[in-house]
Amino acid sequence: MAEWVEVCDEDEIDVEDVIRFDEGDRSFAVYRTDKGDYHATDGFCTHGKFHLSEGLVMGKQIECPKHNGRFDIPSGAAVRVPACIDLQTYPVKVEGGMVYIQI
Amino acid sequence: MAIVVQRRDYSLLGAESKRAEEKGLASGEWHQTPIPRKTMKELMKRKDGPAIRDTLIWFIGLIVLGTLAYMSWGTWWAVPAFFLYGIFYATPGDSRWHECGHGTAFKTQWMNDVVYHFACFVILRSATPWRWSHSRHHTDTIIVGRDPEIITARPPVWKILWMQIIHLYGGPIEIKRFILHTFGKLEDQEKEYIPASEHYKVFREARIYMLIFLAVIAACMFTGSILPAMFIILPTFYGFLLVLTFGVTQHLGLYEDVLDHRLNTRTFYTNPIFRFLYWNMNYHTEHHMFPMVPFHALPKLHEEMKHDCPAARPSLGAALKEVIGALRKQKNDPSYVVVKPLPETAIPYRFGPNESNQLRSEA
Repeated sequence: MAEWVEVCDEDEIDVEDVIRFDEGDRSFAVYRTDKGDYHATDGFCTHGKFHLSEGLVMGKQIECPKHNGRFDIPSGAAVRVPACIDLQTYPVKVEGGMVYIQI
Repeated sequence: MAIVVQRRDYSLLGAESKRAEEKGLASGEWHQTPIPRKTMKELMKRKDGPAIRDTLIWFIGLIVLGTLAYMSWGTWWAVPAFFLYGIFYATPGDSRWHECGHGTAFKTQWMNDVVYHFACFVILRSATPWRWSHSRHHTDTIIVGRDPEIITARPPVWKILWMQIIHLYGGPIEIKRFILHTFGKLEDQEKEYIPASEHYKVFREARIYMLIFLAVIAACMFTGSILPAMFIILPTFYGFLLVLTFGVTQHLGLYEDVLDHRLNTRTFYTNPIFRFLYWNMNYHTEHHMFPMVPFHALPKLHEEMKHDCPAARPSLGAALKEVIGALRKQKNDPSYVVVKPLPETAIPYRFGPNESNQLRSEA
């Protein structure tokens, strides 16, 4: 059963930024887009297994730091090669100033 | 007595490919200079301005030099005029292909795509196959059996390098591939790094290239002159000198099979004209370690990384001298490589996953 897990204070993620969040042996990327919305996806690029948290958030897209593949953050869709496989996304909520993801 | 040197298998389908995987060199974890996240975000910022400016300079330069070349046709002045036109055609063609392929040159994506496709044709590289080949080059930089963009084996094949002065090795290979792609086929090696979902793009692009080729040939036949081809297609060959010159400085004479770009990639300083033509790729270690950083920010990235890198070679001449010296030594001793000392502030070199690769020659 999916559970909500606390990630960080909401202001720990800047606008157009991403952080890495590890839970057990899984790694996630938690974003704040240019509109200030929070989102979460798997932490690794589906092309080259590199941490997306080291990439660049541009508007509502994340660019992988190694091969410049891009994903749409809200849907996880691969939008620029060499990324071809979509990312898994996870629900995010902000409550009491804290960011939670459902995993 | 002649020295017999065993050459490794540089193909992507041979034993070396398996060996690289077994040794943990394929898709490995590479050394990265620690740079504060805030600084890195600044460096990664995309802009349209610098690339638009440089693209306009490139196009205007081509028009001006092309006009001079046209006016000089039939005189001896045509030799230097076409040489300059060729250099200005092929060199930025190569560097713009590269940077726009990464998608970092312009902030606006369609601009990257337009210039990428234009530059691909200029430098005669199939757009989709080279995008994937270059992606592999960044994953497995100079890992034998994994990297499809190693210019020459160790010991070096001098014939290839001599032929490449006018692109007579790579050019015909590319044309052969265009023909193959036009008929809906790929080389076995290409299937290694181009996913099936991209194959239709390869074939479509090759057919467009072929139509342009045929149009230029028809124009030559119609005018009874090779002049049309002197402006399109042939400059890739007669203007290739600087593409090769810059290309050999990138990795040759350095380590194979290591997971540290400071060991297998060379940075050198050069003048603003060459930096314009090459789009700052003389900062090549920086580019490989952080391919997210656009060309215009590479000098700043270089300043941020200096404390962790060997000293940059002082000039293009110094870099070339180092490359040629190393290649000559590798003729008899393929294990010879140039390793520069690191500053005291640097993190030690990462030779491999087990740090076991210690064959080295101090320069």
